[in-house]
Amino acid sequence: MDELEAIKVTFFQECEELLADLEGGLLAMQDGNDDGDTVNAVFRAVHSIKGGAGAFGLEPLVRFAHVFETLLDAVRSNEVPATPDLVVTLLRASDVLADHVSSARGLGVVDEAVSAAMAAELKACTDPNAAPAPVAAAPVVEAFEAAPVAAPADALIGADDALDDDDLGFDFQPMTITIDEQAADVAAAVGNVWTVSIRPKSDLYRKANETALLLRELARLGPIEATLDASAIPPLDQLDAEAAYATWTVRLETEEDETAIREVFEFVDGDCDLEITRGEGLAPDAALAALLAGDAPAPAVVEAAPEPVVLAEAPVVVETAPVAAAPVVETAPAPVAAPAPAPAPVAAAPAAAAKTQQIDVPGPGQSVIRVDPERIDRLIDLVGELVINQAMLAQRVGEYGIAPSSNLAMGLDELEQLTREIQDSVMAIRAQPVKSVFQRMPRLVREVASMTGKQARLVMDGENTEVDKTVIERLSDPITHMLRNAIDHGLESPEERKAAGKNPEGVVRLAALHRSGRIVIEVSDDGKGINRERVHSIAIKKGLISPELQLTDEEIDNLIFLPGFSTADKISDVSGRGVGMDVVKRSVQALGGRISITSRPGQGSTFTLSLPLTLAVLDGMVVDVAGETLVVPLAAIVESLRPKPEEVRPLGPVGSVLAVRDSFVPLIDVGLTLGYREASPPPTEGVVLLVEGEDGSRAALVADAIHGQRQVVIKSLEQNYQQVDGVAAATILGDGRVALILDVDAVISLRRREPPRPVEPTLIAAE
Amino acid sequence: MTRTVLTVDDSRTMRDMLRMALAGAGFNVVEAVDGEHGLEVLSAHRPDVIITDINMPKLDGFGFIEAVRVDDDYRAIPILVLTTESDPAKKDRARRAGATGWIVKPFNPEKLVDAIRRVAA
Repeated sequence: MDELEAIKVTFFQECEELLADLEGGLLAMQDGNDDGDTVNAVFRAVHSIKGGAGAFGLEPLVRFAHVFETLLDAVRSNEVPATPDLVVTLLRASDVLADHVSSARGLGVVDEAVSAAMAAELKACTDPNAAPAPVAAAPVVEAFEAAPVAAPADALIGADDALDDDDLGFDFQPMTITIDEQAADVAAAVGNVWTVSIRPKSDLYRKANETALLLRELARLGPIEATLDASAIPPLDQLDAEAAYATWTVRLETEEDETAIREVFEFVDGDCDLEITRGEGLAPDAALAALLAGDAPAPAVVEAAPEPVVLAEAPVVVETAPVAAAPVVETAPAPVAAPAPAPAPVAAAPAAAAKTQQIDVPGPGQSVIRVDPERIDRLIDLVGELVINQAMLAQRVGEYGIAPSSNLAMGLDELEQLTREIQDSVMAIRAQPVKSVFQRMPRLVREVASMTGKQARLVMDGENTEVDKTVIERLSDPITHMLRNAIDHGLESPEERKAAGKNPEGVVRLAALHRSGRIVIEVSDDGKGINRERVHSIAIKKGLISPELQLTDEEIDNLIFLPGFSTADKISDVSGRGVGMDVVKRSVQALGGRISITSRPGQGSTFTLSLPLTLAVLDGMVVDVAGETLVVPLAAIVESLRPKPEEVRPLGPVGSVLAVRDSFVPLIDVGLTLGYREASPPPTEGVVLLVEGEDGSRAALVADAIHGQRQVVIKSLEQNYQQVDGVAAATILGDGRVALILDVDAVISLRRREPPRPVEPTLIAAE
Repeated sequence: MTRTVLTVDDSRTMRDMLRMALAGAGFNVVEAVDGEHGLEVLSAHRPDVIITDINMPKLDGFGFIEAVRVDDDYRAIPILVLTTESDPAKKDRARRAGATGWIVKPFNPEKLVDAIRRVAA
């Protein structure tokens, strides 16, 4: 069943959201924000997961969610205090619940022992006096499984609708009742005739129930004959429109048993006086015989009819329906029996039906369309082609020397704007908040902290920062690594922290923000910071750098990204899995991203990861360098200028710097750095682009000429060729030529390694 | 004549399940995500039957039912509550608030349509 499968997909999506809500709520409680709303939201999350899981028959998930829910229910009704210890337990339970969801999804296996132990623990929290672990789980299961059986509806229509038992949502255990001979004789004597007397109370109508509908339901069991006793209806001037005065007596012929008849009245239990007796007889002894014949269910009759109705002195026969059921309903004078509210639904119906036709009403501001991601990817590709095409067109038209004020040129301008808007809009479709990645992290932090014996609290910021989906999918691994590293290597043990006068609980901060057209992810800790002396000596010991190399603090910090570098004394279970920061760095670079670290001894470290917002388009400046066309990402460019001779100062034997206002910036000839030429022409003959790297360092890139600003579609160089130092990607220009997109940071750092600085070849290779 | 059913549930899964079952049985379905939203949708669509969850943010099922019942325009609309609880107290409270009947989750389409038939004219 496709539709059901689709809903199942929705269910698991919703589970992800609910699990995130659950965790978020619990974390808020941990921070002391346990107002009623938070606890309720936490309860609802588990409740909804259980509800959906029940619909799909995901038994293990339902069972665990039920135990969890029961405890949360006790917490929200203040029966169980939400102590910090309890919240920690609840957080661990949320992890187990998440495992159950994954398992139900077929994405993993639940550790049954862990789950059972957790369930027992939850149970013990719910009722501290309850028996301990092993016994605890069983009664819960029973309690839940009993629930569906309480629904009687299927039994009611089971017979005459020929319902397939397999379709029923629960196990219905048939029960054989032995009727002794005498009782069977009585039953035979009275045949299959029942007498049902109904005296509705006003509450029945107040709840929008309806006598006519009850009669219609009875008629589904067999032919009925209904008699209205209207004797209690007062004169009109004394009539209370909201009161109920009528009594109905129904003669019913049916093969069904009393339970089926009684179920007709399930919804109005207590809202009407009901008496069900076997046979025609209204006489007490007939009723008694019926009671006897009814055997087991009999006492219920007495119980349910506390005030046996004295039946009609002057019965008014309203209608008989020997066979057909429907006419009873149509002609039954409901308005007499039922006061005011009764006719309303009928009146309301046509209006509603006329007005609506399968109109979906989404929540305010949260209308959602589900689209196959492949369609969006295709659309994005097409828009990319459109952008290239539009650029080509503009260039061709430009070649014909058409005046900018001409209609054609103006029309082209508009086309360009439209193209750009389409592109932005299309990219926005695929943009998603980083929340989906962030929400997996609190659990990771808990687990890593408990494995390493550290106390860590995760603070998250900017979860709603949006990034293209293609980028989001690849954020998870680097963030996971950086967090592991921050806890394992960054944070001190609680004892060390106490000794250093810090809170034994370390704080790890995960933040996302937009900065100059890129997304920046920061992972910081308030731990001990990088031990530069040790890092330096390890790097030397491992032969990664030469001993005489003078490095700045920043450069030492970044040594940890070198391949084969590990600062841990012993390889821990968490970070030491053969995957070092160098792998993180490489995977980030593959995305056109950069990673760096800053550290302050005793105060902690901050990893900064920066990635393009999308892997699809880029605003760039098109420049000429040694006959090649290059694109410099606009986001990196601070300004462009033509240097005057007096602003260029030589520095050392080869290098030179540019005086920009009151500071000096290193001059980098792009052609030389990329190996297009052997010697640089004087910078004053070219154009200078003042650029800023990720770490804030500035450089002046020298190019021969500027062609202008353009939006380009990024074509991966790695995928189509291979990674090239100093080059981020490639693009196709308006005239159809391929141009390389400059990796500004790489160019800056490439230049840093040039002479006069003596840098070991290994270091260059690592970058 | 197509009948309109308003479903009020904060769970998207449950709304989808209800929609599938109800649309399959020929009902016109309108949806709301909580009690407050339910009251808004109610006035826009005048449903023939309302099916509501109990645990919801903003305005829960009890509050929603009470609000419908005190409104002269809507008080005669049958309301079925969805409940997973075996807990009779919750069902009783829903009835006191004015619920016409109830559906125990997990439900199957037959059970659902059956319950609607029992309360809808």
